[in-house]
This record gives sequence, C-alpha cells and structure tokens, in this order.
Amino acid sequence: MSTRANTGPAGAQIVITGLGASTPLGGDLPSTWEGLRSGRSGISRIEQDWDDELSVHIAAQAKVDPASTMERSEARHLDRSSQFALVAATEAWADAGLAPERSDGTAGDDRIDPDRLLVSLASGIGGLQSLVGSWDVLQSKGQRRVSPFTIPMLMTNAPAANVGLRFGAKAGVHAPVSACASSSEAIAIALDQLRWGRADIAIVGGTEAVIHPLPIAAFAQMQALSRRNDEPERASRPWDQDRDGFVLGEGGACLILETLEHAQARGARIYGTLAGAGITADSHDLVQPDPSGAGQRKAMVKALADADLSAADIAHVNAHATSTPQGDATEAQSIAAVLGEGSSAVATGTKSMTGHLLGAAGALETIAALLALHERVVPPTINLERPDEGLTIDIAALATRDLPTGDLAALNNSFGFGGHNVAIVVTNAHRTG
Amino acid sequence: MATTEEIRADLAVIVNEVAGVAADDAQLDKSFVDDLNVDSLSMVEIIYAAEDKFGVSIPDEDSKNLRTVGDAVSYIEKALVSANA
Repeated sequence: MSTRANTGPAGAQIVITGLGASTPLGGDLPSTWEGLRSGRSGISRIEQDWDDELSVHIAAQAKVDPASTMERSEARHLDRSSQFALVAATEAWADAGLAPERSDGTAGDDRIDPDRLLVSLASGIGGLQSLVGSWDVLQSKGQRRVSPFTIPMLMTNAPAANVGLRFGAKAGVHAPVSACASSSEAIAIALDQLRWGRADIAIVGGTEAVIHPLPIAAFAQMQALSRRNDEPERASRPWDQDRDGFVLGEGGACLILETLEHAQARGARIYGTLAGAGITADSHDLVQPDPSGAGQRKAMVKALADADLSAADIAHVNAHATSTPQGDATEAQSIAAVLGEGSSAVATGTKSMTGHLLGAAGALETIAALLALHERVVPPTINLERPDEGLTIDIAALATRDLPTGDLAALNNSFGFGGHNVAIVVTNAHRTG
Repeated sequence: MATTEEIRADLAVIVNEVAGVAADDAQLDKSFVDDLNVDSLSMVEIIYAAEDKFGVSIPDEDSKNLRTVGDAVSYIEKALVSANA
C-alpha cells in the first residue's frame, strides 16, 4: 500500500492518536466498540411521557446520561449536545496521553501550545432541546424566567466552542454544519488545516442530542423514520428488504489528530493515519440524494486520490447506510462502482446497532472504521436477514468478519440533507521515514 | 418569618446549583463576582431563582447593586418584611 498521501504545503502526514465516544452502546469508546463487535443493538423504546402522541416510539438513546458525569452547575449551562462533545473530547484527550490540566491550573496539557491546537467539531442540528425548552419557559412564565444562557446553549457552534474552552484551543474553533455529514466534514476541514501547517494538533468530532418530540415528529412526517415500534432492536436494518427508515440516535464521538512529527516528538501512541478526504455536493434536491449516486462516487474517488490510494487498497467500508429504502440501495451501487468488481473490501452498516447519530455519525463511524482496521475485525450489520437483491458489495451481514494482516485502508461515507457527500480514508499504518 | 441565616442558606443552595459554588463559601461578606467567581449570566439566573424561591420581586435596577451575598440577603429580608406588612 502506498503512503504518499497528499500532505499539503507543510508536508505533514496526519495521524490519529486519541479516540473517545459516548453512544447508545456505551458511555465510553471501549464499551461502544465492545457493543459494535458483539452486534449489540443500542435501540430501545423511548419510555417518555410524550412518545405516545407520536407514530415513532423508538430511538437509540445514550447509554450514559452525559450530565451524570459532570457537576450539576456545569451541566445546567450546557446543552446536551455540548455535554456529549465534552465527554467524548475528554476521553479522546486522555486516550492520546494528554493531561487535563496545565501546571498553572488552566485547562490543557503543558506540552501542547494553545496557539497550535485546533478544534473542528460539528453538530447537525445544534442545541434544539435548549431552544425549545426556553421557548416553553417564555410562553409559560415570561421573559424574566428565560435563561440568559439560552443563546450560548442553543448555538450550533457551542459544542466546538465548549471543547475549545476546556482544552485551551487557540488556533481556531470550527463547527461546520452539513446535516448528517457534519462531523465527517469537520474531520476533513481539520485534515486540511493540519496539512497547511495552521495547527499541529486538533480535537475533531461530532455530537447530536435531539431525541425530543419535535424532531421525531418532523422526521416522521418526512417518512424518514422506522416505525418498527414493537421490535426496537430490529428496526435499523441497512440493506435488508424489510427496512423502513432510520432510527434517531444521540451521542458524541471525538478523535485527536496530529501531524506525525508532533505525535512522534511527544511519543504518542498512533492508531493510524487520516489519509484523505473527499467532499462533494449533489446540488440535486434539498433532501433527496441524487439517485445516480454521482456525487457519492466522486466523494469516494476524491478521498482515494487525496490519500494517494487506489480502490484495490480499500479493505473495509463503513457505509452511511441509514436503513432508508432508497438511500441504502443508492449507496451500495456507488460503493460498488468505485471499488470495482475485483474488490475484496468488506462493508458494514454500524447504524444497525447505534441508530443514526446525525451530526455525530461521521466521527463515530470514522472511529469504527479505524478500529476495524486496528483490531482487524469488521463489526456486523445486524438485522441484515434478507439482503436486497442485486447487491454487489460484500457486507458483514449478521456476523463479524476478519480482516487480513498488513497495512490496511478503510473508507467511511457520510451523506447529509442538503446534498452533502463526504468520504474519509483512514489507514492503520503510518510512514515512519 | 425566615431568619437571616435561613435566607442565606437558601440563597447558598441556589448559588451552588447555578454556579457550582460550595454552599459554605457563600457567606454574607462574600462578593458574588470577586470572591465566588459568579459570572454575569449566572447572576441573572441566581436573581430569578431567588425571586421564585422567596416570592419577592428583584427588579434589574436593584439587582445590579447586590454585590455581596449579604446585600442580597438583606434585600430579600426587607422585601419579605414589606410583603408581610
């Protein structure tokens, strides 16, 4: 496998040194990965007093309430989306071997120059629960009871800004918004910033926390959600003939990216390389993907070229695969067209277990793709009992699949309402010379 | 009628919930901003939580003069007295 990826003007190879997540499968990454590997569903009945009024009663709710892991006074001024972001970023930061606090008592690690630390962390929808909650307060109690924290809680850049504040990031804090492609786009933006030499290290990822009656009702009105209310664990079933929509999930996922030079200088453990990214836009329809899949294919082709890899190098694909009837079919065709007939790649749809984390999906699935290479095992696509006829990609249906030894590369796809297509390439290798 | 200490203790609970200040730190002589590190947005929340808790009104033009915990406690005491008068 070639490792002459686009390194940008600064000539930097970008490596991944830390991982963290809080998901429907677990409150941290090890428990999440264990869930993915063992084919565990994170989807359940909502059990709130409001769900009876809706047509959808299931969701992929976070296993651990992020507010329960922080001081009450801190949690009350953070939208749940920011809480997930902080939990995932804190885990990734520690996983990268970095200290939570500088010797002067401020946030961060003494070895990290704040002016060279960047954050690129996205949410698809933002602080919707804070927005709607404050609207309720305004209507029932009037202006003088509206929290002065409402705006800093609801703004979509708040998760990124809170993470930047926690770790003292001063090289820029970015919060790209592209619906369900948001956190893959956040990763792609950080990759370029690091390659351009605008930072040495970045906290990247995504977060989403909109399990609330309004977005569930609205997504249900779009006919986008599964209504398999009686069998929550079987509701998310990418590529299965009986799929009927996605299952809304919540959580956060973060990675630490560094230039190889920076990582090696501090003796960091390296999981692999963020080798390339490709971004395209369909500009076909606001919510329907282009049925030809052209934009999806071009994003994957761009990502491969950016990584200086060929389709034959791809051993694994973590597909966007949300479990919608048309979306899964179009993506499978796009993947097949890009990888070609001789491909040995094993694809999977981890949303079968996690549900759809919207703005956090891209980061979580980039982590899943990386760990699949690192552990050499592809998590299963659960519930894929009756695959679509005519599928020409090899999918890890119902059971894990082992990956070969050696240097491996994987693709992660993320597509979002608005026609956003982002493909990310990771490898388990890095150039040592 | 609530005593000064009862009002201080109740206010300390609010300051703890809003700003994470240990309840024992919120003593009468402590400045919200300088000693307890309460920021301006949290101060707004503390005022309206206090209004709800004690059933008094603390208009903005008065709340901005409440520099210390003691200032707030004596304001609330007076407001309660005039409410009961």
